[in-house]
Amino acid sequence: MLSTYTYPRFATRRAADLDAHQAGRTARHPVVVVGAGPVGLATAIDLAQQGQPVVLLDDDDTVSVGSRGLCYAKRTLEVLDRLGCGAPVVAKGVTWNVGRTFFGEREVFHFNLLPEAGHERPGMVNLQQYYLEQYLVERAQALPNLDLRWKTQVTQVTPQTDGVLLALNTADGPYPLQADWLVAADGARSPIRRQLGLDIEGQVFQDRFLIADVVMKAEPGLAGVPADGGQPGDGPDAPLRGRARLGQERWFWFDPPFHRHQSVLLHREADNVWRIDFQLGWDADPEAEKQPERVIPRIQAMLGADAEFTLEWVSVYTFQCRRMARFRHGRVLFAGDAAHQVSPFGARGANSGIQDADNLAWKLKLVLQGLAPETLLDSYSDERVTAADENLLNSTRSTDFITPKSAVSRDFRNAVLTLASEHAFARALVNSGRLSVPTHLVGSALNTADLPADSFAGPLQPGSPLADAPVASASGQPSWLLRHTGNRFQLLLFVESPAAIDAATRTALARLADPGGQPPAMPVHTLLVAKRGSGAVPPGCTLVVDSEGLAARRCDARTGTAYLLRPDQHVAGRWRKLDTAAVQAAVARASGRAQAQPAALPPLATAQPV
Amino acid sequence: MPTLNTQPNFGQPGTPCLNAYTPGDDFYEMLIDSHRGLSDAQSRLVNARLILLLANHVGDLGVLRQALDAARAGVADADADADAPATVGAAA
Repeated sequence: MLSTYTYPRFATRRAADLDAHQAGRTARHPVVVVGAGPVGLATAIDLAQQGQPVVLLDDDDTVSVGSRGLCYAKRTLEVLDRLGCGAPVVAKGVTWNVGRTFFGEREVFHFNLLPEAGHERPGMVNLQQYYLEQYLVERAQALPNLDLRWKTQVTQVTPQTDGVLLALNTADGPYPLQADWLVAADGARSPIRRQLGLDIEGQVFQDRFLIADVVMKAEPGLAGVPADGGQPGDGPDAPLRGRARLGQERWFWFDPPFHRHQSVLLHREADNVWRIDFQLGWDADPEAEKQPERVIPRIQAMLGADAEFTLEWVSVYTFQCRRMARFRHGRVLFAGDAAHQVSPFGARGANSGIQDADNLAWKLKLVLQGLAPETLLDSYSDERVTAADENLLNSTRSTDFITPKSAVSRDFRNAVLTLASEHAFARALVNSGRLSVPTHLVGSALNTADLPADSFAGPLQPGSPLADAPVASASGQPSWLLRHTGNRFQLLLFVESPAAIDAATRTALARLADPGGQPPAMPVHTLLVAKRGSGAVPPGCTLVVDSEGLAARRCDARTGTAYLLRPDQHVAGRWRKLDTAAVQAAVARASGRAQAQPAALPPLATAQPV
Repeated sequence: MPTLNTQPNFGQPGTPCLNAYTPGDDFYEMLIDSHRGLSDAQSRLVNARLILLLANHVGDLGVLRQALDAARAGVADADADADAPATVGAAA
């Protein structure tokens, strides 16, 4: 198995901290991240590229075994772009936007994750987890202040008032290590979580699923399905048609002819590997089902007896939907699967984990640099608990639809499916997975609410991630709005042109960039979003031209509108008219330096109004 | 004559959603939750009561006739295939 990928073996080195230990000293580091999976790597890269030295520990010396995480959503790709890893992921992966759901042989529903143009990244890219980790490791190794130590096992974690004492074991011997802050990204079984005796609560779903990654010798078709040229955009009543459009889409079947009474999910991965996910039922024997003599007939039933393929990787899994009550415990911060686990339907696991890293790194950096109080890290927990609940809610609903738990639930599910080919309302109820979208952190205590007099239309609100848009850089090169944002507090100021900026505004922008004060206030860089590029750009500002007007449209911005962005590209506040004092107050609030207010987040199960 | 609305219609007036599927999923979860802890016979009774409540709310006999026809349209007569499940493709 695994014919398409050769696992790298990363070099292990004797740690200088081990020498220090043998000389009688315990090394101390500002931040230690445990777990070099996607979440730990993203956290460490984010910290390091923002200038924060970081130690990253992993008990292995290679990447994820098996393809595991597969679908990386638009927002995750944007985070990866900010981390310098987006391009190889998109280049290697399989881009898709359309998902189709079939009941038996008929298509009953389809969705498009990105129905509008003018975004750099697609709705989703499929890529085996080992490739993602490989690209992240390559990026991590290029950062001199990121100290990545393989084959280093954490054997004990002792919380202290001002840090954490770690006991480590390596081939060269054991050594202790002191961390001011510890990020536990050590996976669903999280040894750190267990060792600290922390609960993670939720439900186990009583169902089993078989993953088969297969390498196709040729473009696959489906058993008994003619290649009759079905096209994307076929109406929902179009019969299932095979070869022409099989590939760049997510296909999900309820009760297909080749796997009766269960569901099947098909994704394409890189290297002409195909992921087929068969629902097996709770009574299936996981060991027996993994055997090729069981797996191959299932695939032949789907693809035809003459289909030529080899098995790349096979796994039988169950899953849980659960999360920790909070993700910060003193100086220990939990991220990714260590903190929350969801059902795989909706691709909300790895995506939410990388968005944890996106939320955590800048806050930890500000705290470590003395620019924010420790309590800012409580907002990491509050915001990402809200996101985890949204992911748990949606993935649990999908699972309940896919795996009905009672006769009446199955009746309703089948009623929806039988109505769906004819009635639009029923199509909207078909739930084979609601795919990962970023959480709009509308209830966060870090947000500054819109002034009552400033009304904004559209989905963006304080707490939302900024929407991308095509822009031109100052030199006239085509570019993207999100490429010019992130890693620092930033003001987007919508202007006619640099030439049209009046003297008072220039003074205000200079003051935001260099606010002075004691202790110094946080500097805010300004990105001018101009209709035209004419005129000199004020010092301390950069310029993009809103070449298609989409940045202004997606922000519902007019000339003079200002958006304050956090380092993770989420909107912290916005105004119709620039007011430096209001911007500085919003920066203080977003960095946890505002007067305490209750961190009241909205009820979990309700839709977020926009 | 009013016609049966079969376009997506779940939601609360004045509260648009980021994701179009959310209000429908909200309803579906409420619906399934309303059957929690019931036997199959009790669930059938709850469903029948629910249909009567909603039908009275709709009131318009023309609309109700269209709904009854649409509901029946996808389900074959029991005589036609005595062994067929009540709904197409009912999982075991």
